[in-house]
Amino acid sequence: MTARTVFTLAALTLREAARRRVLRALALLMVVLLALSGWGFSRLAGTELDGTELTSGETRLVAAQVLNLVMFGLSLIAALGTAFLSGPTLAGEIESGTALAVLARPVRRSTVLLGKWLGLVAFGSGVVVVAGLAQFLIVWGTLGYWPPQPVTGLALLAAQTTVLLTLGLLLSTVVSPMASGVMAVGLFGATWIAGMVGVVGQALGNEGVAAAGTVSRVLLPTDGLWRGAMNAFQDPIVLERLGGPALKGGFAFLSSAPLTAVYLVWVGVWIVLVLGLAALAFHRRDL
Amino acid sequence: MIGDPAARQGGSSLDAAERLLAELPPAPAAWCSGLHKRYRRRTAVDDVSFTVDRGEVVGLLGPNGAGKTTVIKILLGLVRADAGDVLLLGRPAGDPRARSRVGYLPELFRYQPWLTAAEVVALHVRLAGAQVSSRERRECLGLVGLADRAGDRVGGFSKGMQQRLGLAVALVARPEFVVLDEPTSALDPVGRADVRDLLTSLKARRVAVLLNSHLIGEVERVCDRVVVLDKGRVAASGTLAELLGQSELRLRLDGVGAEAEARLAAAGGLTRDGDAYTVTLSADQDTAAVPELVADLVGLGVRVHAVEPGRISLEERLLDILRATPGDEDR
Ligand SMILES: Nc1ncnc2c1ncn2[C@@H]1O[C@H](COP(=O)(O)OP(=O)(O)OP(=O)(O)O)[C@@H](O)[C@H]1O
Ligand SMILES: [Mg+2]
Repeated sequence: MTARTVFTLAALTLREAARRRVLRALALLMVVLLALSGWGFSRLAGTELDGTELTSGETRLVAAQVLNLVMFGLSLIAALGTAFLSGPTLAGEIESGTALAVLARPVRRSTVLLGKWLGLVAFGSGVVVVAGLAQFLIVWGTLGYWPPQPVTGLALLAAQTTVLLTLGLLLSTVVSPMASGVMAVGLFGATWIAGMVGVVGQALGNEGVAAAGTVSRVLLPTDGLWRGAMNAFQDPIVLERLGGPALKGGFAFLSSAPLTAVYLVWVGVWIVLVLGLAALAFHRRDL
Repeated sequence: MIGDPAARQGGSSLDAAERLLAELPPAPAAWCSGLHKRYRRRTAVDDVSFTVDRGEVVGLLGPNGAGKTTVIKILLGLVRADAGDVLLLGRPAGDPRARSRVGYLPELFRYQPWLTAAEVVALHVRLAGAQVSSRERRECLGLVGLADRAGDRVGGFSKGMQQRLGLAVALVARPEFVVLDEPTSALDPVGRADVRDLLTSLKARRVAVLLNSHLIGEVERVCDRVVVLDKGRVAASGTLAELLGQSELRLRLDGVGAEAEARLAAAGGLTRDGDAYTVTLSADQDTAAVPELVADLVGLGVRVHAVEPGRISLEERLLDILRATPGDEDR
């Protein structure tokens, strides 16, 4: 009964995503981004720098960096899309009264929440994986570059989306639909900036500033996961040979180290914790 | 995730015992006791207790803001009461399974606009864990007059059509207890008549109904019992016969002497306005005593111009109850 309710609601959430304009809007944005990047990469292939053609190593470094830049755009669109889907899906239903009829059925609120979460995770991950794969193919076709760990990278991007939509779900149990979407995206942006600040701090050898990035990555793991994903997309050998000074310079779209197991465990704990908190807030709420 | 372990899934022996207990006495459809609810400083529900028996149609009446919707939401576990107990079909309301045979039409009804009417109904059948064939689901939509719109998106429905869909949703999973919060607020006159017929057929099938409506005529026609709420408290409750028990007798007389007046007063509460006399008969006396009274009056030399028996309407009674301040005389 409980499992069936979870799957019923997950399927319902996916159907909502498919039937509302969200999916079409996301697909359109993705296609625009992919087309632009395809054009950009094809131009990059024949670029000359200071009169000489780029060496293959240089090309690969640039490719990895631009790939990461585009992937950042993709993950941003996916994250924004799911954050703006996860907020309204719960808060909006409470506000409009749609939730009344559903929750008067023999279902637990936590089960309903879990079902919605599952549906959103499936949706967000699906978008990330499909768009990401398309991007890899474009880069491969234009520059002949294939990222070393595509599966790990995409899984981390999917995890990033999951983290953000879980946060959106928690917010939507306590504040209004629009506010929850805006807050989720705002926090996402804030940690990204804090992460950048941290990288700059590291480059300058400033412990305090570097800590800002670390702390923000623990509080909201989106930026940490994003850095892990970037690391999985770039060629480690080239990075070592050419990337040293670039990394020290605090590059936004290259990452020097893969994620630690401890951090991944923390991300899991974080998701369970936030989802549990959302269930608790939802359970106590008067409709 | 949250909840008492006894309420979990699984055919444990505790479960079986619980089911046995639930089946032994014919547990009322709904029972609540000592419900309290405050929203910040405002008390919405204050010590409300009542029962809806199996197969009974109970009307929930009261002015705006009396707490009717809040009571209904507490019964269905949508709002947490600050105090009080609720049993639905023999199970505590904290257990979701208590609602497995309950149908609900909310006051603020809205259904997934991106689904079709048929899909909304199918979704609720699934959530209720019921086995309802697609033919039966179509019939249910037909019952509320949506047969030809079953395949249309709910987002394009008018308000009344959405309310009709809400009725179908409330009725589709073969409920034993149906809660309708202002089911006719958006309906046309034909729709209102349809709802009356629906309620009558539910009553015939021994489905218990809790009906909140401002249309007193509707309530008076179909309800066995009413509960009147005012400012969060139960102002009155009882069967229609109990509440409307008194019939009255309006007479136009002249030549009424002291003796005749005493005879009139003996028949029931007497009020006089010129030559118009109104005698409120108590429930047991009824109109059978009228010919005798008239004969006596004539015997006492009273000239009788008109005798008109009447019944207090629920509307008048309700207004009485709501206007009466504590300690005030009734009429
Ligand atoms: N979510 C809420 N937050 C704050 N106060 C509320 C809330 N819901 C209801 N109330 C208050 O509780 C009281 C009872 O409201 P309720 O909706 O139960 O009235 P009602 O009897 O259904 O009225 P109506 O006939 O207008 O539908 C009102 O004073 C209302 O202001
Ligand atoms: Mg109401």
